[in-house]
Amino acid sequence: MIGFIIRRILALIPMLLGIAFLMFLLMSLTPGDFLTPIRMQRDISDEYIQQLERQFGLDQHWTIQYFLWLKNAVQFDLGYSFAYKVPVAELLGERIFATVLLAISAMVFAWIIAIPLGMLAAIKKGSIFDRLSSILAFAALSMPEFFLGLIAVYVVAQTGILPIGGFTSIEHDYLPWFAQVIDIAKHLILPAFVLGVGYIGYVMRIMRSSFIDTMHAEFVKTARAKGLSENKVMFKHVLRNAINPMISVFGLTFSFLLSGSLIIEIVFSYPGLGNLIYFALIREDQFLVIGSVMMSCTVLVICNLIADILLAWSDPRIRLSEGGAE
Amino acid sequence: METPLLSVKDLRIQFNSREGVNEAVKGINFDIEAGKTLAVVGESGSGKSVSAMALTRLLPKPPICEINGQVHYDGQDVMAMSSADLRHIRGKEIAYIFQEPSVSLNPVFTIGSQIAEAIKLHMPHIKDVNAHIIDALDKVGIRDAEKRIKDYPHQLSGGMQQRVMIAMALVCEPRILVADEPTTALDVTIQAQIMDLLREVRERTGMAILLITHNFGIVNHFADDVAVMFRGEIVERGPVDQVLSKPEHPYTQALLDCIPRLGEKRERLTTIDHDKLAV
Repeated sequence: MIGFIIRRILALIPMLLGIAFLMFLLMSLTPGDFLTPIRMQRDISDEYIQQLERQFGLDQHWTIQYFLWLKNAVQFDLGYSFAYKVPVAELLGERIFATVLLAISAMVFAWIIAIPLGMLAAIKKGSIFDRLSSILAFAALSMPEFFLGLIAVYVVAQTGILPIGGFTSIEHDYLPWFAQVIDIAKHLILPAFVLGVGYIGYVMRIMRSSFIDTMHAEFVKTARAKGLSENKVMFKHVLRNAINPMISVFGLTFSFLLSGSLIIEIVFSYPGLGNLIYFALIREDQFLVIGSVMMSCTVLVICNLIADILLAWSDPRIRLSEGGAE
Repeated sequence: METPLLSVKDLRIQFNSREGVNEAVKGINFDIEAGKTLAVVGESGSGKSVSAMALTRLLPKPPICEINGQVHYDGQDVMAMSSADLRHIRGKEIAYIFQEPSVSLNPVFTIGSQIAEAIKLHMPHIKDVNAHIIDALDKVGIRDAEKRIKDYPHQLSGGMQQRVMIAMALVCEPRILVADEPTTALDVTIQAQIMDLLREVRERTGMAILLITHNFGIVNHFADDVAVMFRGEIVERGPVDQVLSKPEHPYTQALLDCIPRLGEKRERLTTIDHDKLAV
């Protein structure tokens, strides 16, 4: 099991290098670079611009840039952000916490609501409750996040019950630690809610179908024939099996939340990774874009690894041996 | 004649769906006497399994499925029972084993915990549940039972899984065992072992067995009485020797003709001509 985890983490390295290569390629294909706005200013001399190009390494071919970057990257130096003038790793460290916190909050919020709803809809399949919850799920799924976000911002701005942007209040640093936690939680509620709503619909639909599938399994007949009550059959035998596919769903859909958070973070001016990537892309802040994308990928791979470990723990048929997943 | 342990009168089962009404069982009658074995024979879809499930109302609730008729177990009206009373019959008085042991056991629980469930439910007075499980597994011929109780179903072979199913069914000492094609999913040598085991258990406990099968070989060696089902009806019923040697209904005759015999030369296997029988 430990061997399996180590191997999965080691497999991350070539993947990240590949991603970085692709990012360099893509960035070279996009028109312009970080210096484009400077070049358009007439009062800046050509010599100065050439000096800047050399300084940023933008005068080299992108493949050479890649290998130069690689040489530093293996020493855990991801380069400087052109725009922020600080090391990329430092910037990412600040932002990743905020984004992961947002994604996990949205996920916990969504699952707490979606799992029981999906289960009830499955048990009462075809009932008014089932149909109503399906309609609401599709409505939640088809609602664009930015739109819901704007509505939420408007409503909250009108009532003033919650802060509508940022990660902390101005006076955050002067608060005792528990008040700091509450402060962050208050800032988190709105973006986590908006990010979670569409996800509720998704998880609920999958949970419903997984539960319905499991309800028709033969072992359910055995459990009933044993004399178990309907509650015990449903909430022990069916639920324990129906939840297994959901663990894979957790790993796979975490990417939805990460990419969804990009839009949410902009709407709520939330200082997360998504916000960082967006502005880095617009400004062609090369190393920052590459660093952020690599960071998102790492989070995603780790989430899938956690999902695999959870699944192995939950489903005895999946055994992770030293030789790999069976 | 004493009153039978289980009596079924005019049992009718129909499934309702959007496509229409499907009458699966069209008024059948049979009795199971204590300690006797009744075999129900018939082709797939003849209604034998649903009839067995209906004995303890294990079928879906109306409007999907409607059960009419009478089922009396030991003088009690099963059809009129509350669901709480019914659960005392299921597993405790009438236990089931099913066709495919590999999917009939819950894959995420150990076999020990699945057997323990039945014990805790029906025999709460038993203190040492573990010893009881080990004893039950021992009796169905599972070696190293102490170690096996921590196994998950997928760690056992099909034959072993069916033994676990039998152990689970017998652990509460039911008076009737419903065996719904218990050997269909197993290969021939394992089939023989499982039937030997059932025979041994029957002798030891004196319970009645309702055996559902389409294998006449098993019927011949195992059952006292046989009922032949065809399209939701029992077309012939009687002691095994009599039915097998002098079948009266053409369907029974046709079924028996389908069995290939050793040393007999045939160009093709005989099949049943349904159009002729339907008249």
